[in-house]
Amino acid sequence: MKKLLPLIILGALAVLPLVGLNTYIMHVIILAVMWTMAGIAWNLLGGYCGQVSFGHAAFFGMGAYTAGLLMHHFGISPWWGLVVSIPIVAVVSLLMGLVVLRLRGPYFVLATLAIGEVLRITCENLTPLTNGTLGIMITRTWVEKTPYYYIILALAALAFVAIRMIIASRWGYYFVAVREDQDAAESLGINTTLYKTIALAVSAVITGLAGAFYTTYMGYIDPQVVFSLGEISILIIMVVMVGGVATQWGPAVGAVIMVLLAEVIRSIPRLGTAYQTLFGILLIVIIIYLPNGLVGDFHKIRRIFRKGAA
Amino acid sequence: MWVQVEVFMQTLVAGILLGGLYALIGIGMTLILGVMKIINLTHGQLMMVAMYIAFWMFELFHIDPYLSLFIAPPLLFVLGVGLQKYLVNPVLKVESILPHNQVILTVGIGLVLQNLATIFFTSDYRSTPVDYASSAWYLSDLWAGTPVEISLSLPWTVSFCLSVSITLLLWFFLAKTDTGKSIRATAQDKDAAMLMGVNVSRMQVITFGLGAALVACAGCLFLPIYYLFPALGSQFTLIAFVITILGGMGSTIGAILGGLILGVFESMTATYVGMGWAPVGRFAIFVAALVFLPGGVASLLKSKKLTK
Amino acid sequence: MAMLEVKKVSMFFGGLAALSNVSFEVQQGDILALIGPNGAGKTTLFNCINGFYKPSLGEVLFKGQRISGLKPHQICRQGVARTFQVVKPLSRMDVFDNVLASAFLRNPTRGAAEKVVDEVLEFTGLEEDRHVISKGLPLGKRKRLEIARAMATQPEMILLDESFAGLNPTELDVSIEIIKGIKKKGVTIMIIEHHMKVIMSISDHIVVLNYGQQIAEGAPLEIGQNPLVVEAYLGEASGA
Repeated sequence: MKKLLPLIILGALAVLPLVGLNTYIMHVIILAVMWTMAGIAWNLLGGYCGQVSFGHAAFFGMGAYTAGLLMHHFGISPWWGLVVSIPIVAVVSLLMGLVVLRLRGPYFVLATLAIGEVLRITCENLTPLTNGTLGIMITRTWVEKTPYYYIILALAALAFVAIRMIIASRWGYYFVAVREDQDAAESLGINTTLYKTIALAVSAVITGLAGAFYTTYMGYIDPQVVFSLGEISILIIMVVMVGGVATQWGPAVGAVIMVLLAEVIRSIPRLGTAYQTLFGILLIVIIIYLPNGLVGDFHKIRRIFRKGAA
Repeated sequence: MWVQVEVFMQTLVAGILLGGLYALIGIGMTLILGVMKIINLTHGQLMMVAMYIAFWMFELFHIDPYLSLFIAPPLLFVLGVGLQKYLVNPVLKVESILPHNQVILTVGIGLVLQNLATIFFTSDYRSTPVDYASSAWYLSDLWAGTPVEISLSLPWTVSFCLSVSITLLLWFFLAKTDTGKSIRATAQDKDAAMLMGVNVSRMQVITFGLGAALVACAGCLFLPIYYLFPALGSQFTLIAFVITILGGMGSTIGAILGGLILGVFESMTATYVGMGWAPVGRFAIFVAALVFLPGGVASLLKSKKLTK
Repeated sequence: MAMLEVKKVSMFFGGLAALSNVSFEVQQGDILALIGPNGAGKTTLFNCINGFYKPSLGEVLFKGQRISGLKPHQICRQGVARTFQVVKPLSRMDVFDNVLASAFLRNPTRGAAEKVVDEVLEFTGLEEDRHVISKGLPLGKRKRLEIARAMATQPEMILLDESFAGLNPTELDVSIEIIKGIKKKGVTIMIIEHHMKVIMSISDHIVVLNYGQQIAEGAPLEIGQNPLVVEAYLGEASGA
């Protein structure tokens, strides 16, 4: 039964549009699926391999701009961005890895944060190439949401399956070994640098794909949004932390919650601008009471409810 | 030719003045790092809070920002102590998969502080236009026949001097007072300090408050010469961090040197490359320091001492 | 044949000499014990052999090939495995998966790796605990797990760092049997230990370090009577 769960959920999601939901709800669902995909990617590097990146906006933004620039400079359909972003983001992540992967713990955190910001500022300043802070506008392929929904669903499902397979394989064991004790892992013959690099590259590419999709879906991107520390990097981290680090369903749960929260909060008239404050508070609460997220610390939640009932 | 020298000297002087202030920001963070092994990614946001306090003191009560040095730091000390006791300490005790929870916690706090400031104070740029803001001293006043003209802006210079004084006070506190020595002991070896009767948890709490107070001082000193907006917080957090890494984690001397180096480097970048690229230069130094000199300037000093 | 040759190894940290001119050989199939007071440099020496440090001076040869300067995972591949003093298993995984992670080194396919795990678990007496989450194991079993993880890399030589520390007499006996079993397999062993009774009973050869220097080397009986050793170490730690 448990093994069929992913298929059942996929099936349910596939027929969802037939129910006939309005455009706004479809938009929210599309975002949730997109963030699930980004969360799954981050989870591989951060949750399973233990390398907590605060700069995933770098990859999201690169994917987004690959798609955008193809249209803007060459008139090529931004959908090609999905294909072209793969090698580009992979190469960038490898270069980044050379610098960043030799750093441990909090140094890695900050270096990734720094690189994310460097890319943002570079993008803002390289106006002839990127149009700077004005951003890039592209024509969207469809007006309805449904085609976009199926595309992102397919991408996210592929990501889910790919990561699942990786975690169950030899590589998955190596990633966790690196996370638990890098020195011990080295001594047991695991080429930790190689595997960290693989985790980074895979994580980066998938995040880049999410970014490329973002461009084709939203129709407009600018550096402050797609390379944003708060709106992208931290959001992805929150998605995974709230949902559950190093769990399969954590990112999905987290994405749904975060997107719903964001939309709900933004629509309340007074509270609207305070959504970042509430996110911050949520992050703090989760970190202290449910550090392994809703899925990871599910037993804690159950205990609370049991105590309440008794 | 003299023009080149003049530009260079002016840039250098500006860099040193800036560096002195930066040093104060870095010292707070490096203290917290050294004593509690905590990376405080809300350091800049605390400074931002202090700056808003000083700003409103000026707006509402016409209290000069420099006088706020007696108001904001104590308030921030209390805030720091509160954060440490009620948020940071619980997180340190929690068991979880990722060891970086404490860092993420401070990011969360920073987010809240920055956003609250945006809500209550809007993201309008604020400044305290004091009457002496544009006064300056000129080298030609002292030395009539000088080939190069260097101007020392009054508020910049006053801030720098005050920063130096505060640093000296801090040094005195750490070196000569009992509490200061206890703090240093805790930084060097927590367990040994505990065994020798130091109330380690209290020292940790005091240190966080102290770090917050120091950065609040820096905030008061920055207000007359800069402008204020909520996002300043994250900018300064990053600056504090670059200085801490550059100087060597936990080393106050390193923070001072790191601050000066960064100040001069940024000044040079602004003059010779362009204003917009200053943040990139900052990050470049950060990454370079992490990769090439992980122990910071302090490790260079240490190795020189040992070879002697 | 000399399995491991440590040749004039010195290790400096800044101005401090953690190791000075240490030289000895470990013969194939032997158990060599490295003893000395705390801070003598024993773990530092392990780190030099295992690849975490590159010796400032001197070199380390394994089966005639230079290994000093290689990365730890490369050295493990060559056949030298190592355990750590502070055991850190993959705490959220069970015993089986812990050992599986190491077994993949020489057995990339799951089937082959799992066979090796079964063997190693039986060998270290952890068969029944295969599905226990390693976080919940008592110290003795965690130390055995540490050995199991190292053995799963199918090494020719194993470095054991204080595998007996903190064990009660029963656990001690079990561990000693495991060490003897490792020797029977033909694996060369080098151990750091403070448990003098254990050392004396199982070692073929002993090297004594003090303040980074090698102060004695020889068979257990000789060492036990060596006045330098007694003064520096044995005299104080009265053979617990």
